[in-house]
Formats: sequence, C-alpha cells, structure tokens
Amino acid sequence: MKEEDKIIEEATSGEYKYGFVSDIESEKSQKGLTEDTIRFISEKKNEPSWLLDWRLKAFKVWEQMEEPDWAHISYPKPDFQDIIYYAAPKPKKKYESLDEVDPEILKTFERLGVPIEEQKALAGVAVDVVMDSVSVATTFKDKLSELGIIFCSFSEAVQEHPELVQKYIGSVVPQRDNFYSALNSAVFSDGSFCYIPKGVRCPMELSTYFRINEANTGQFERTLIIADEGSYVSYLEGCTAPQRDENQLHAAVVEIIALDRAEVKYSTVQNWYPGDKKGRGGIYNFVTKRGICHHHSKISWTQVETGSAVTWKYPSCILKGDHSVGEFFSVAVTNNMQQADTGTKMIHLGKNTKSTIVSKGISAGKSQNSYRGLVKVAKGAQGARNFSQCDSLLIGAKCGAHTFPYIECQNKSAKVEHEATTSKIGEDQLFYCNQRGIKTDKAIGLIVNGFCKNVMDNLPMEFAIEAKKLLEISLEGSVG
Amino acid sequence: MLKIKGLKAEIEGKEILKGLNLEVNPGEVHAIMGPNGSGKSTLASVLAGREEYEVTAGSVHFEGKDLLELAPEERAGEGVFLAFQYPVEIPGVSNINFIKTAVNEVREYRGLPNLETKEFMTLLKEKQQLVELSGKLANRSVNEGFSGGEKKRNEIFQMAMLDPKLGVLDETDSGLDIDALRIVSHGVNELKSKDNAFVVVTHYQRLLDYIVPDYVHVLLDGKIVKTGSKELALELEEKGYDWIIKELEEEKL
Ligand SMILES: Nc1ncnc2c1ncn2[C@@H]1O[C@H](COP(=O)(O)OP(=O)(O)OP(=O)(O)O)[C@@H](O)[C@H]1O
Ligand SMILES: [Mg+2]
Repeated sequence: MKEEDKIIEEATSGEYKYGFVSDIESEKSQKGLTEDTIRFISEKKNEPSWLLDWRLKAFKVWEQMEEPDWAHISYPKPDFQDIIYYAAPKPKKKYESLDEVDPEILKTFERLGVPIEEQKALAGVAVDVVMDSVSVATTFKDKLSELGIIFCSFSEAVQEHPELVQKYIGSVVPQRDNFYSALNSAVFSDGSFCYIPKGVRCPMELSTYFRINEANTGQFERTLIIADEGSYVSYLEGCTAPQRDENQLHAAVVEIIALDRAEVKYSTVQNWYPGDKKGRGGIYNFVTKRGICHHHSKISWTQVETGSAVTWKYPSCILKGDHSVGEFFSVAVTNNMQQADTGTKMIHLGKNTKSTIVSKGISAGKSQNSYRGLVKVAKGAQGARNFSQCDSLLIGAKCGAHTFPYIECQNKSAKVEHEATTSKIGEDQLFYCNQRGIKTDKAIGLIVNGFCKNVMDNLPMEFAIEAKKLLEISLEGSVG
Repeated sequence: MLKIKGLKAEIEGKEILKGLNLEVNPGEVHAIMGPNGSGKSTLASVLAGREEYEVTAGSVHFEGKDLLELAPEERAGEGVFLAFQYPVEIPGVSNINFIKTAVNEVREYRGLPNLETKEFMTLLKEKQQLVELSGKLANRSVNEGFSGGEKKRNEIFQMAMLDPKLGVLDETDSGLDIDALRIVSHGVNELKSKDNAFVVVTHYQRLLDYIVPDYVHVLLDGKIVKTGSKELALELEEKGYDWIIKELEEEKL
C-alpha cells in the first residue's frame, strides 16, 4: 500500500483504534465520576497499567480538593457528576460543500481571511478537503520524522513512546497542583505530544491545526512538549476560527520541558464561544499551562485570548536552570459578559534567570478582565531579573480592569520591575479616526491593535494577521 | 460648495456659535481670524461632525447635501478634511498603516477598490516629498512623541494623501518654524485647484503671505462679523480686534 493510502485508511478507520463499537451503550461512559469511570476510560484507550494507576492517584487527590473561588470570577459551579467523561470520538459532522455550512460561520471565516481550503477543513466539509489535508499532513509528517521529531496525539504517544510519557507526565504540573489539573490528570481524554531531539531546530511551526484527521480531543485536553538539549520549536495551539463545543467545561493541562539550551515558543489563539450577549451558553475555560526551563533554556508564551465566557489561565515558567529565560506576552479581550482572569507565574530558582511579562487587557461591554501575576525569586536566584508591564484598555464605562501583581523576592541581588497603566479609548482618538474616514468599529480595531502591538509582534506572521482581524471582530459594536 | 446658514451650536448647554453664515465656492481660499475662544475650532468641529457639539439652529450644506445629517466618517468620504489644532496621538498604530486604512476607507465610501500596495507606495512617496515628511516619521506611531511642528506637518501630509474637496486647517501654522511654515504652505498651494477649497483658521497674517486668501473673515463671539480681502488680515495684525468690536457697538447704537 502506498504511504498516502495508508494514511487515508488510518484516518477513515480511526474510530476503531479508539475502541469504537457499534453498540451504542458502550460508546460512552456512565455519567459521573468514580474510580470505575477512570478504569473504563483507561481500558478503552488501551493504556498501560502505570497510566491507569497514575490516573487513579490523581482522582484520589481531586476528591480531597475543593473547587477554588476567585475574587473576580463568578459563574454557576459545574456539576461534576453530570458530565460524561468518556465518549468515543465521533467524526465531526461532514458537509458535502460549503453551501451547507452555517453562513454566519462562513462570514467570520471570510472576514478573518481564512483561505477557502482551510475554511472547508475547519467547517468539516468532506471528501476533497480530507484528501487535500492528508497530502499536506503527509509531507509534513515525512519532513518531521526525517529529523526525528515526534508530533502526534497524546494517545498515540502513550502507545508508541511510553517511556517519554511516563518520564515527563506530571513533572511540571503535578496532579495536586490545583483542582482542575487534578481533574484533568484523572480523566484527560487526549491531546498533543511533541518531542524535539537533541540539537534539532524544528523547521516549521508545529500547529495543532495540522494534526487533522484526529478525533476531537474533548474537554480535558493534555499536551506534553519536550525540547531536548539545544533544540528549538515553535508551537501553535488553536486557531482564530470561532469554536463551539457542546461541552461547557474545558480544563486543559499543558506541560513544557525545555532541557539545557533548548528554546520553546508556544503561541495560542483562543476563540472559544463566549456565549451570547447575556453570557448564556459560553465555554468555561480553566487551563493549567506551565513550562520548566533548564540551564540556558528559554520558554516564551504568547497568547491571544478572545473567547470563552470564563477564562482562568496562567501560563507559567519555572526557571530552574541558571541563565534560563521565561517570557509571557498576552492579549486578553473581554466583551459583553465575559470574564477573564489571566496572567502568569515566573518562578526564579536558578542564577541570572530572566523573565519578561507583557500583558495587555482590553475590556468592553460589561466584561471583567483581570491580570494576576506572580514573580517569585528564590533565595538561590542570584542576579535574577524581571520586568513586568501590564496595560489595560477600557472601552466604555461599564467594564472593569483589575491588576493583581504579586512579588515574592528572597534574594537581595534580584531586580524586579513592574509597570502598569490603565487607559480608555478616548473620544478624541475615535473622532480623529472618524474624521479621516475610518468607521468606529475599524477605528477600535486599529487602536486596540496598536495597543497590543508589542505582544502581537511575537506571534508567527500568519497567526498574527488572523489574530489582528480577530481582535477587530471580537470588539465589534462595543462603542456607540 | 459649502453653505452655512444661521448656524447655532452649543456645548454642555453653552452657546458658542450664534448664527454663523459662510459660503465657500470651489477654487476659493477663506481665512478665518478671531480672538481666542471666539468659536473657530468649534466651527471646524461642527463641520467635521463632532458629537459633543449640538447644533440648535441653522443649516450646513456641502455640495448640495445636508452635511449635518452625515456621520463624521461619511463627511470625510464626501471630501471634508479637518487638520486639527491639536492632533491626537494613537500609540502603536504606524502612521503608514493609519493613512492606508483611511485612504482605503474613503475609497470604499466612494465605491472605489482598495489601492494596490504599489500604487499606495507611489502615492505615499509623492505626498511625503510634498511636505518633506521624513521616512522616519512615516514609520512611527501616529503623532506619538511628535513635536508640535511635526504633528502639524503630519496633518498636511494626511490631507495630501486624502485629497479632500474642502480642507479646514485649524491653526496649522501655530508652532511651525519658518521653514516648516513655507513647506506646509507650499504643500497646500500644490493641492489647491479650481475644484477644491480651503478654510484656513489662523491668528497670524504671516501664513496668508504664503497661502493667499480670497476672503478674510473675522469670527467674533460665535458670528462672522466682518469680511474683507487679504488686506483685512494686515489691518487686524496691526490693530487687533478692539476696533471691530467698537465698530459693531457703534452700529448697534
Ligand atoms: N467642552 C466644553 N465645555 C464648555 N465650553 C467649551 C468646551 N469646549 C469649548 N468650549 C468653549 O467654547 C469657546 C470657543 O472655543 P473654541 O475652541 O472654538 O475657540 P477658538 O476660537 O478656536 O479659540 P483659539 O483661538 O484659542 O483656538 C471657548 O470659550 C471655550 O472655552
Ligand atoms: Mg481653536
């Protein structure tokens, strides 16, 4: 069989691999969360026993934890016994052509400038697109495997590279780290795995988007990225296209390991459904993302957050190795009734470690946007440096922006700087743009993108172009 | 081209324009002079459609259209340009990106396609040279950290790019050094044609040596109280506004 055919077959028969049986009853786990649910999931995924034990341990931990309360977020607490924790991945609904796809979605695609072929793939249009994507995916995979790079689903990694998974899973985000990481550890469905061998510079952006043909990863996603010594990778998560999901609660975990002299750039654009104007039906997004930096290594988080009804997310770096560098660049937009509580933690353990935080919060409508950041310098972190800049931009008078910087410094030689500003989009600025012929919505897009410029500049080129338009669209109608 | 009749406008309940009349025809340059606080910038703002000002009486027609009915960006689309007395800073938005957006928005309003990048760059170069705006300024954020004179020059640059039918220049000469004054005036003169018109607000007759007006109006307490030729500007420079006020009082008696 030709390589291409193989992949096509793999793609089309994927359901079997995941234990799909025609019997409807066994397709889903029972509602609710017990040890049996976890055994069921693990068995369905044909997992080794160490992983089942690991999940069970996480479950015990989770049972003893309480769901946290945060000052600036309020939402009805999910009922954890009312969730189905395992459903055999179903293929997305397929359409014959773009004509069948919701015109609203297409309109958004068009305005985002998503190429037509990608539009089809994203909207789940059948046949030709699948073929197309398969060939793209094939060349992509060939190139990567030549270099020894592993980029696959988490489930696949458990089967194919158990030694790597076992060594690193939970090594950066321990099970008991927080309520949601414990829950994720117990019930995670699938996710991505990536390994870059020693000294290899990954020649292309690794995008989750390219791993098509792969089943829906579900609401408890888990990602593990390992950059071996002296390697480099730029990893993209998510896409600008609006994403809807039946599952309201999403609790993902991302772990990054940057070994000596490695560099990992992790970019996210998050555009989950934020709910309607009154905030109904939006996604709750509780994410734990953390990386550990060994000697002379660097992890850089860049995120553009525009979606979800509730976002709770603090991509963090543990700067363990001497001379390691952590960066966090974030744009978080909230509109209507959205609530976001995001920020980062930079934990300086090694000597001469450096971290940079640039956070841009934009609030419109009646939304609440909080930055929460911790810079911690341990005793041994001689010569540590941090620079933080947190800027908030308010659109209208009913929204809120809050900044909570926490600094814990135990080393006298460390230098920690924090700058914060809050500004409003001024009538003056809008009028100036209007007078030049620029409509208000566009003017807001322009001003907001200007405000976020030094974050957006960190996104890979194509991502940045889409993200810019996304900002415009998500703030439409927020004035006047 | 522009017909203002009995225009009254107020801000925060305070009447500023108190029945103003003005008619501008294509090919003309009108200078408006008047003491501080007499309402010159208010007039410019009302023409451009600033919301804070409420028009309580009178009418403004531009090329036969009721200007007061139009949103500010529509007025720009129709060809009204205001060079601001105090140009606004927009951090992070490059001058080029800003003017490109503006040019294309105005073109869209007029039913024209976006300019191709190449055409745009040619236009940009040409207009940049016209007002001797350095490439450095073009790449910086809109007006951010510009000196007073640089901001004014940037306004004229934008005007040149948008090629309006009616250009309203609010004290564009204030803060310009001698060379900049010459350059900016040269720019305006180059843009002048038989089809467009300029309303130039200024305190100094010096500007009018460069941009020669067909009419000089005196705006006093929300009304145009005197109209003359270029010589009126000279007279004002020499004698100030008191004599006009006196004249008016005598008329009343
Ligand atoms: N927001 C406001 N609230 C109250 N009064 C205002 C407001 N804006 C302007 N004014 C008043 O309106 C009057 C006219 O102001 P305007 O700016 O039009 O004067 P001007 O003729 O342009 O003066 P200058 O030569 O100093 O530029 C002034 O008395 C000013 O104080
Ligand atoms: Mg003025």
